[in-house]
Amino acid sequence: MTREESGPLLALLTRRFGDLDLAQEALQDALVEASIHWPISGVPSNPGGWLHTVARRKAVDRLRREASIQRRIRFSAAELATGPNDSGATDSRAHITDENDHPNGDEHLRLVLLCCHPALDLDAQVALTLRLVGGLTTEEIAAAFLTPEPTLAQRIVRAKRKIRDAGIPLSLPADVRDRLDSVLAVLYLIFNEGYLSRSGAEATLRIDLMAEALRLTSVVAGLMPDEPEALGLLALEQFHVARSPTRFDQAGDLVLLAQQDRSRWDGALIRQANNTLNAALAQRRPGPFQMQAVIAGYHTNARTASDTDWVAIVGLYDALVSMTNSPVVRVNRAVAIGMADGPLAALRALDNLDDLAERTRLHTYHLWHAARAEFLTQIGRYTDARHAFQHAHALTSNPSEKRHLERRLAAVSALTEADESELNGPTQPPA
Amino acid sequence: MEFMITLYSDESVDIPSPGEPGFAEMMAEWMTFNERLVEGGHWIAGASLSPTNTATTIRKTLGQVPALTDGPFMETKEQLGGFYLIRAADLDEAIAFASAVPIPVGSFEVRPVAFRPDAEIPAG
Repeated sequence: MTREESGPLLALLTRRFGDLDLAQEALQDALVEASIHWPISGVPSNPGGWLHTVARRKAVDRLRREASIQRRIRFSAAELATGPNDSGATDSRAHITDENDHPNGDEHLRLVLLCCHPALDLDAQVALTLRLVGGLTTEEIAAAFLTPEPTLAQRIVRAKRKIRDAGIPLSLPADVRDRLDSVLAVLYLIFNEGYLSRSGAEATLRIDLMAEALRLTSVVAGLMPDEPEALGLLALEQFHVARSPTRFDQAGDLVLLAQQDRSRWDGALIRQANNTLNAALAQRRPGPFQMQAVIAGYHTNARTASDTDWVAIVGLYDALVSMTNSPVVRVNRAVAIGMADGPLAALRALDNLDDLAERTRLHTYHLWHAARAEFLTQIGRYTDARHAFQHAHALTSNPSEKRHLERRLAAVSALTEADESELNGPTQPPA
Repeated sequence: MEFMITLYSDESVDIPSPGEPGFAEMMAEWMTFNERLVEGGHWIAGASLSPTNTATTIRKTLGQVPALTDGPFMETKEQLGGFYLIRAADLDEAIAFASAVPIPVGSFEVRPVAFRPDAEIPAG
């Protein structure tokens, strides 16, 4: 069975039995049964339906075995009443007659919302979403996040226990929009983990979290067709994935956007991203993900790096800053300003921060230092640039980024110091 | 399910006293909220507590006489000021009630009740 099918099936079973663990065990039983029967009698015409019928019967079997647990039985009384009539389920010709039993969007959405419930710890939300909605194994998730498998398994167990004991429901809220942010945040976090951790060498050994996030976002966007932010995130991810083949060279080293071979970008996916973005923007309810997708679209659709419309991009970042004032957005905006108006303007944008908390937050963000370092280099303040590169290097653990910063540091160290007093720059090295 | 909602807010922030302007409006908000709980069958219990300067903490240690100290168990920026014990279908419904408590600034902890000796035995 493909991962696409396991999520909806699990959602349907969980909804029916009101028990996530039972649903998972039953589905697992059904898969085992399939592995025994299908090679002999052939794959049924409706594999999903077959699995659902068998899993339902397996769940009832399990409930019967635990008949002493009265409460559980009471909850599932309706199911037990219909259970014995589900004969012939192991027959490969079995099919579902009950229309209501088909996995539908609502069931799937319930499961997504359950996994991304804000009452769960964010790490647990991510793990549950990948495990239950994405159908990844605990081992795969652990490897993708470089977490020991027992730790991750424990995280999932704890999350399931909280779902059960705290009474987190598998239900659709009155307004799904209230919960959309939390779902999109989880998906974006999964995507970013894939995006940032990817380097040429390791990519083959680990599950591609970028592809996984793209698939899940596409599912969620499909479940919430009236939510332009879901489409915005999908478009953003599509643009990034389309450009991903050129992000690293063969040695696994980072290649900057301006130096990437644009002919190797995925043209079909870029067209798809443009369509997704247009569908989002047509709903005329802008939001941060749509805005980021528009910016990514400007970059991706520019024929060459020098064709990039930096002035427009600065304007978009201004709008984005008013929606979400994250350090990432601030640094990217400053870089765009640098491209449009030169390094001094960029340094002003990076350094003019009245808010102390904001400044502290940026000073721990490696790309803030890296961006400063590049612009300081451009105006000849090589000593300050070196310090900034060193700060950036100390703050990141990503090997590709570390190597990139080392190369930049070496290049700047080779340059001779300009007479800084003439430049009268606006910046001070970070404290 | 049953949930306890504990209400934490900064007790040093002044609220209107009886007779002062705004008092009637404030009480009306609380009454509306309480009635909503009662009429929906959600109410089990609820109370507003006296400020923490009235609190006494009893610390028991094995093998020693319980020690009394003046003040709350924990010195925090927001203090426990009251609680509700409610009946709700699930966590989402309990969260909705906790969010509707008429305190403008504060933290409200929601926890399922594990066991309550005086609870009615559910039918069936």
